[in-house]
Amino acid sequence: MEELVKKRIKQVLKGDQNAFGEIVEIYKDKVFHVCFRMLGNRQEAEDISQDAFIRAYINIHTFDIDRKFSTWLYRIATNLCIDRIRKKKPDYYLDAEVTGTEGLTMYSQIPVDERLPEEEVESMELQDTIQKEISKLPDKYRSVIVLKYIEELSLKEISEILDLPLGTVKTRIHRGREALRKQLRTV
Amino acid sequence: MMKTCPDKMVQYMHEYLDEELPQEQETELKLHIQQCEACRIHFHELKKTIALVQSTSHISAPSNFTEGVMSRLPKEKKKIGIQRWFQRHPLIMAAAVFFLLMGGSLLTSWNNGSEFAFTAQPNVVVEGQTVIVPEGEIVSGDLLVRNGDLRVEGEVQGDVTLINGQRYMAGAGSITGDIDEIDQAFEWLWYSMKSSFKNMGQFFGLNESEE
Ligand SMILES: [Zn+2]
Repeated sequence: MEELVKKRIKQVLKGDQNAFGEIVEIYKDKVFHVCFRMLGNRQEAEDISQDAFIRAYINIHTFDIDRKFSTWLYRIATNLCIDRIRKKKPDYYLDAEVTGTEGLTMYSQIPVDERLPEEEVESMELQDTIQKEISKLPDKYRSVIVLKYIEELSLKEISEILDLPLGTVKTRIHRGREALRKQLRTV
Repeated sequence: MMKTCPDKMVQYMHEYLDEELPQEQETELKLHIQQCEACRIHFHELKKTIALVQSTSHISAPSNFTEGVMSRLPKEKKKIGIQRWFQRHPLIMAAAVFFLLMGGSLLTSWNNGSEFAFTAQPNVVVEGQTVIVPEGEIVSGDLLVRNGDLRVEGEVQGDVTLINGQRYMAGAGSITGDIDEIDQAFEWLWYSMKSSFKNMGQFFGLNESEE
């Protein structure tokens, strides 16, 4: 797929705007999803992910064709999300208690090495709760958690996207996991 | 809860979750977890957290997302737009050819190839196949150069059309109107179609030699 994308990029560089439409088609869901998990809001996610593609188009001549396009695109998108988060007033506290969840221990008997069965998690309420807790994370933890666990990217790729040393990425993932653990333990 | 466990256990847990814990330490961690309830709960909660985050469903971009992006892109260069328009409308292309062949000899000037021609503006200078607007001179009106280059050192107060040629702008040179650069036969056709309606005014042919 990277090969096809590179071909399209070369066409875009020659001035063919339609070729960019195909690139948008290929990556729109991924970019939108990252933005949604980062921002926790569909409308904002749509605005920011569209901005990300427009920025990519305008700066396409600065993309190094020998590198992975998705890394470059994610980088633009996460930077825009982080900017947006920082512009918003923080109306949360990292250690805020999650209210209204007492007694919900339906996952407490799950064996350590098993992933949650999907049907159990499909309830929209739970989805909302998880998203709300992700949204409470400070942006530096939120971005690494989203890229690692929602986009399932490698630590190395995350370090390239966020332009951070590998060690910093690991530390942030550890802290992000700890913060989320405290927030989600009662879910 | 008694705090009797080494701090490194939590660090081990995270390294394990990143698949970076060496075998020896993994064994150490597992042995500890078997004996220590606090760490067992901690580890379990971490795994549960990951499972919860990963359980969130994938959300697709809204419909019309791509159209939204495309409509917000800066306008592309005219040239590609015309090329693609003709590629998409081959019938109109054919009609245009027919119309032009019937209507006049516009195409012959293209097919004949290398004929150098330009709009007869009074204050331009010609060197070889290059039309020059000298420094300090003002050409008021449109300027067309075919099969030759254009060098603008002065000012053109009008549109510039270049067919099969290069444009050079000197530091002080300026063109106030539109600039059209045409180097494909079908663009020439397109241009001819537009201008046959517009009455472009006359331009004189010169036969490969200077005045
Ligand atoms: Zn312990």
